[in-house]
Amino acid sequence: MCDTCGCNLTPGNRHLAFKPVAKGATAVSVLKGLLAKNDDQAAHNREHFDRRGILAINLMSSPGSGKTALLEATLTALKDEFTCAVIEGDLETENDAERIRAKGVQAHQIVTGTACHLDAHLVHDALHHMTLDGVDLLFIENVGNLVCPASFDLGQHLNVTLLSVTEGDDKPAKYPVMFRAADAMLLTKTDLLAVLDDFDPDKAEAHLRDLANPAPVLRLSARKGAGMDAWVTWLREQLAAQRARVAIGQSRRPAIQADGQRYHRITA
Amino acid sequence: MHELAVAQALVEQVESVIDQHAASAASRIRVRIGPLAGVVPDLLASAFPLAAAGSRMERATLDLVDAPIKVRCQACGSETEAAMNRLVCGACGDWHTQVISGDELLLESVELETAPSLTPES
Ligand SMILES: Nc1nc2c(ncn2[C@@H]2O[C@H](COP(=O)(O)OP(=O)(O)OP(=O)(O)O)[C@@H](O)[C@H]2O)c(=O)[nH]1
Ligand SMILES: [Mg+2]
Ligand SMILES: [Zn+2]
Ligand SMILES: [Zn+2]
Ligand SMILES: [Zn+2]
Ligand SMILES: [Zn+2]
Repeated sequence: MCDTCGCNLTPGNRHLAFKPVAKGATAVSVLKGLLAKNDDQAAHNREHFDRRGILAINLMSSPGSGKTALLEATLTALKDEFTCAVIEGDLETENDAERIRAKGVQAHQIVTGTACHLDAHLVHDALHHMTLDGVDLLFIENVGNLVCPASFDLGQHLNVTLLSVTEGDDKPAKYPVMFRAADAMLLTKTDLLAVLDDFDPDKAEAHLRDLANPAPVLRLSARKGAGMDAWVTWLREQLAAQRARVAIGQSRRPAIQADGQRYHRITA
Repeated sequence: MHELAVAQALVEQVESVIDQHAASAASRIRVRIGPLAGVVPDLLASAFPLAAAGSRMERATLDLVDAPIKVRCQACGSETEAAMNRLVCGACGDWHTQVISGDELLLESVELETAPSLTPES
């Protein structure tokens, strides 16, 4: 096995890997994930977190679904209990990091410029600008985008995907790659449900189950505080679970990425 | 448009395969993409020439192989085909399934141009 180049040669498959295709040409079987380099960096980031017992959570949603508002309310709720830190990803501006710092919490802003998603290298660079010692929970607010952030492992332990009630309850059916990756789905801005007659939280949940995703669905309003207790309870449980894993030398990847490794048979 | 980022990752991987096997260029690159990988094959195909410009694979043919979505049911054990946003069991309808094909994003193989007498080494 040659992990660096990925040619995955064993004495058994060597003849297959080098079957001659034409004079002066060789076919090499590689069988390696295209984003392997990102994934290696993500695994390294995860080691940074695990070594310190930190739980890292990647928040993903459309632009404006309420990620930063949720973080502001969450940081207030947790301020006497845990030390939190936040990495903010946006195409432009330091605004979101400033909103977090106004809560007295360490925040680093990644300005991606044209890149519409965070990747593991950007997050690692951000870690070098932060103090991780003593941190219990690290939130990574991804770039507002329901498409590509799902494809890039950052080293987080959990993906949390937000769906605000103004966006339509069929979003999980329209963006299956994103919602399949969720370890929890949060239906946000529920204070607006009273004025919207076409968002059915049960339908949103049914669309998530259609993606074979057993993730909990939490309904909340960061603005009015409704449902925040259940969310904070879930965070406490997840941090306890992370500490239990770290104590026995284990880690966790977001569920979907672990699946990919375990269940696939590669057929030529 | 993360397909450009994916194309750049592909070029880097093929570069290291070329180096590892002391080849001069790659002539054909085969990538398996499932619909659930979150990468649009057409966009990857059009991003590839940009990422590969000036590299040792700029004249390579990129073959994108589709991977059908298949799920295995945890309730009844069937393996069935499924649609991207309905990953439920095709036999019993249960949603407790595992995707066993359809989310791949895999560099399968590369054809390398080598000197005719060169013996392969890893
Ligand atoms: N009514 C209501 N509005 C909310 C709630 N949460 C957020 N908002 C509003 O939604 C808008 C966007 O909120 P943000 O928290 O900035 O959303 P975001 O997901 O961080 O946005 P980006 O980082 O730009 O993707 C703001 O005007 C918020 O005031 C809520 O619970 N109820
Ligand atoms: Mg924000
Ligand atoms: Zn490091
Ligand atoms: Zn992107
Ligand atoms: Zn079944
Ligand atoms: Zn090798």
